[in-house]
Amino acid sequence: MSDRWIGKSVKRVEDFRLLTGRGTYIDDHPPIGNIHHAAIVRSRHPHARILGYDVSKARAAEGVVGVITGDDVARETKPFAVGVTTPVHYYCAATDKVRFVGEPVAVVVARDRYLAEDAAELVDVEYEPLPAVVDPEKALQPDAPVLHDKVGTNLAGHRRLVYGDPERAFREADVVLRERFRFPKYGSTPIETYGIIARWEPDGICTVWSNFMGPFIMHPLTARVLGLPENKLRFIVPTDIGGSFGIKSSIYPYIALIALAAKHAGVPVKWIEDRREHLLASSSGTDRVAYRELAAKRDGTVVGMRFKWLDNVGGYIRSPEPGCSFRPTGNFVGPYAFQHLEVDASVVMTNKSLTGPNRGYACGHLYFETEGMMDRLADELGLDPIEIRRRNLIAPEQMPYRTPTGGYYDSGDYPAALDKAVQVADYADLRRQQARARANGRWFGIGVALAVDPSVSNMGYVATALDPEFRAKPEYLPKSGAVDAATVKIDPLGRVTTILGTTPQGQGHQTVVAQIVADELGLTPDDITVVDEMDTFTRIWSISSGTYSSRFGSVGTSAVALAARKLRAKLVDYAAHLMERPAADLEFRDGAVRPRSGKGPSYSVKDLAGRAHWNTESLPDGMEPGLQATAVFGFGVSRAVDAEDRVNSSNTYGFIAEIMAVEVDRRTAAITILKYVTVHDAGTIINPMIAEGQIYGGALHGLGGALYEELKYDDDGQFLTGTFMDYLVPTATEAPAEIEIAHIVSPSPLTPLGSKGLGESSSMTVPAVIANAVSDALRPLGIRITELPMTPSNLWEMIRQAGDRGAEPRASRAGHPRPEPDSRHSLQ
Amino acid sequence: MKPPKFEYHAPSTLDEALALLARYNGDAKLLAGGQSLVPLLNFRLARPAALIDLNRITSLAYIREHDGHVRLGAMTRQRAIEFSPVVARRLPLLREATRWVGHLPIRSRGTIGGSIAHADPSAEYPAVLTALEGEVVARGPKGERTLSSGALFETYLTTTLAPDEILTEVRLPVMPEGAGWAFEELARRHGDFAIVGVAAAVWRSGGRVTARLATAGAGGTPRRLRAAEEIVERDGLGAAAIEAAGRRASELVEPDADIHASADYRRHLAGVLTERALKRAAERAA
Amino acid sequence: MTAATVRLTVNGAAREGRCEPRKLLVDFLREDLGLTGTHVGCEHGICGACTVLINGDAARSCLMLAVQADGAEITTVEGLMRDGRLHPLQEAFREHHGLQCGFCTPGMLLTALDLLRTNPSPSEQEVREGISAVLCRCTGYHGIVKAVRAAAVTLAPSR
Repeated sequence: MSDRWIGKSVKRVEDFRLLTGRGTYIDDHPPIGNIHHAAIVRSRHPHARILGYDVSKARAAEGVVGVITGDDVARETKPFAVGVTTPVHYYCAATDKVRFVGEPVAVVVARDRYLAEDAAELVDVEYEPLPAVVDPEKALQPDAPVLHDKVGTNLAGHRRLVYGDPERAFREADVVLRERFRFPKYGSTPIETYGIIARWEPDGICTVWSNFMGPFIMHPLTARVLGLPENKLRFIVPTDIGGSFGIKSSIYPYIALIALAAKHAGVPVKWIEDRREHLLASSSGTDRVAYRELAAKRDGTVVGMRFKWLDNVGGYIRSPEPGCSFRPTGNFVGPYAFQHLEVDASVVMTNKSLTGPNRGYACGHLYFETEGMMDRLADELGLDPIEIRRRNLIAPEQMPYRTPTGGYYDSGDYPAALDKAVQVADYADLRRQQARARANGRWFGIGVALAVDPSVSNMGYVATALDPEFRAKPEYLPKSGAVDAATVKIDPLGRVTTILGTTPQGQGHQTVVAQIVADELGLTPDDITVVDEMDTFTRIWSISSGTYSSRFGSVGTSAVALAARKLRAKLVDYAAHLMERPAADLEFRDGAVRPRSGKGPSYSVKDLAGRAHWNTESLPDGMEPGLQATAVFGFGVSRAVDAEDRVNSSNTYGFIAEIMAVEVDRRTAAITILKYVTVHDAGTIINPMIAEGQIYGGALHGLGGALYEELKYDDDGQFLTGTFMDYLVPTATEAPAEIEIAHIVSPSPLTPLGSKGLGESSSMTVPAVIANAVSDALRPLGIRITELPMTPSNLWEMIRQAGDRGAEPRASRAGHPRPEPDSRHSLQ
Repeated sequence: MKPPKFEYHAPSTLDEALALLARYNGDAKLLAGGQSLVPLLNFRLARPAALIDLNRITSLAYIREHDGHVRLGAMTRQRAIEFSPVVARRLPLLREATRWVGHLPIRSRGTIGGSIAHADPSAEYPAVLTALEGEVVARGPKGERTLSSGALFETYLTTTLAPDEILTEVRLPVMPEGAGWAFEELARRHGDFAIVGVAAAVWRSGGRVTARLATAGAGGTPRRLRAAEEIVERDGLGAAAIEAAGRRASELVEPDADIHASADYRRHLAGVLTERALKRAAERAA
Repeated sequence: MTAATVRLTVNGAAREGRCEPRKLLVDFLREDLGLTGTHVGCEHGICGACTVLINGDAARSCLMLAVQADGAEITTVEGLMRDGRLHPLQEAFREHHGLQCGFCTPGMLLTALDLLRTNPSPSEQEVREGISAVLCRCTGYHGIVKAVRAAAVTLAPSR
């Protein structure tokens, strides 16, 4: 092929409809006859026993056709299966108690949403309020209120994972460091909220349209809850989904709830989550308290680590939690070569909203802690933060690399990526700038953070939450896999349609797939039509299918490439038959099957398509008619967790190296980003424009969590951030103006195109890099950032507590050089 | 998040509006720009029996210079203020403060009367009204009265306007020729309500300095920082005096804590921003 | 609460509908007039997804009642194309990857259009302040800022 489409910043085919207001999101779904609208009644109590419901006034209200309560839910649905063995009964609405503010307790269905909300106010629920607990450490105290009586404690699950010999590593270490970290609860709050339309067909099939990212494991879970065989529950996603970032993977309990409401009301029901509902009760990442220990030799070699985590999953545990603890099992060690690790993970339930995947699922937490510890080690040993990392990186010669926790890093050159970041950032110059700034009394800091960026979760990781003894039982069914399917077909005029079962939320799958198929079949992207909405009745899918965990760039594109190659091989076989030559003499080149010798006639795709469709007699014996191929791609490296708790929790592993420079305003404690460099290795890049779009977006999600966004509760469990005036999503003025992106390319040996995912990208590194940069800026005050978000007010309080009067508006001192307590940064 | 039911009236004259207000006897809400009220309706935190929409009363939207004052009709959009040549020339502080009010699409609808009558202590216009010693005009069944900022603002989201009164006009004295001004604000994000904001104006005449300072976000009402003004009026606009005024400012305010900032931080910011505002205003002053 | 008739001009065409006074303009545009390009994102005026032009000025359609728009001229995202061709601002968004999921895009486009009308050659900081009226969670605003600046250049000669 003379020119390849892969690697080009092809403009998106999705854009035309989206720019002209012709997208089809769930709320724009074409009219469905007799559709009615739901409003959900929600708990105002953080924790209370439900004593009874009175829905008579609501039923009598104008336009109301149905009301369901927790009683109906308890009677007619099953609780959702949860990822732990403790008896947490999680229904799609509260049945016995409410366990967080905003928990659904009833649903009203009416002619329109306005009337539904009117009637929802008329539902009376009688509660017996109970004491609440929101802090994961307090929730484990003996006197803490217990959320689930049957569990008897707020501990939903606990695992102690031991890899290597951490005991010995810590015993023999020259340096042992300890730190406590807190990571906040935040979510990516897609601008399009959840939406569901549920309709029961006369034949007992329940059709659900929703902006879900699945179906994956949630389809069977929901079918079971509704008492339906899976082939009677049809999930369809609309053409367009308005962002998700992991959040919409948690929509499925509402699917069950609205389906039940539709069944009771006897009409199709639509529910669009409003922003208040979203902030109250959608999904978010967990807040975590982490105790970290690091053991190292005097030369800076890390020999072991200990992680003790308390992950706060809210009032229940909703699958795929406790992925908050275990999703990164394979990359727990990050890019570092140490072999000894102990992980003590407690999954705690409190009176907060439920959690789930949020962009960078569990990795933002992991690297915030690990990279913070690496800086402490650098400090302790008087080494530069770049140097301490260099001394611990896995070497490129070690690739592919098996981590002590079971991860299989497929490719990478971590030192080269770090070098690239150092070079692009002009790190030495940054340190010189810092020295000058400090001499002028300015708080200027430089942060570094590295991350192994996992893509395509292996479902098998979820079983890490279970005890090996439990997993050893004969009745236990091991879990593993990461699968996607694609079909490529050629119509009689030689144009191509590609059908996927993905659920893109802005990633441009149609564009990227057209590029891949164009390359494989020697066509142009304009020749390819891509259909990508999931419909569980018509698409080929498996239990891991969906658009989550940065899957598409790795597993989805692989299925597409393989399907196209399969079809290409068929074209060659067919042409060989027509030309009466051995297939081995032919090749597919520039959109036609040609003799390798270059001599003799060739058959174009268009020519072959016409013949194959119009004249099946022309097909060789045994060849399946039609020109289509389906490929289902799965990773051989996806294995079930082993008896030692080792699991390759993802399938491809990219790498991120970042450097950031910040200044903290001496008067207001406001943080300004002066420089931000991010280097990514995601293997082959299919569309650089789209790839970088993911990085820009991911970085701002990380920044949101680091500086602005937090779902806050008071100590009594009341929710404090129920509007977008309280929950602060960064705007264009908060986004860093200059982001310097660079790439290193280490193609994955595991995927046909060498690509890996990078959808989560810098969301997992920015909290770490900016915390390290601010810590460095405030080094003269001895302040280390261990908690996020760093609001100006919080930071100023810390500065004040550090006893530095320079933080006060004392003009007589402002601007004067301050003594440097530590001059180790006088780097070469 | 849909508004509850209400009766809706869109009178075209002020008298009709006053009559409606009297008829509902406190159960009606006046709808001006709607940028604060409609969210409250959507959250169902406000449940008036009726809305009296002032947007069709064209006589309430004007900017006129008269008798040493600029008079702004209560329904004058913030956007109109932003682009008004009269405001740019006579009330540059108001113009600068306007840029801090929400975002342009908010200012397209939001009005000066609505912003002041809503009495959010973090809002910019109440601070400007306070700093410039402006007045508002209120019309009720018994006629018209004028109120100073001090007489108007009672506490958070509460004014002394009677339930049957409508704020009809805002009067701000023209800033003297050569006056310098600055509106300094720190918000978590661009366009948010202030954590703290400070409005400052200074001018010199006959060797004497006059200073005007008021805060947003540093207490339940906008606060005039008279004692801080006195420092620069006495000692001039040199760096030391400005710093002293800043220190004094932080002693004068009584802020509260909320999820965005502690009370101490707000107090501290009041000082820093006073200093910054005075410095910038002094640079601009002739 | 009795229904009221709302007559208005949308994208140059006279339109009419009946609704309760409490109906939000954005719901009226979407449900009664079938113009689903305008999106609902927060219903309290912060996210800006529902921004439309009302008599030429960008405003939140979730913070207006439909009855208030009686007699108004409204432009929604559906009205930006001319003769089947993208508006230069739409073209710039496509060229500079100013959108991913597309949900904030209608509000972003109309906000940017208003910005460029009031300030035809904005600095980068002015563009950022202008579009800070609309929240986007996909792009980090990078491509949007580039697109608006590029459109300012394209649109300049026609002014």
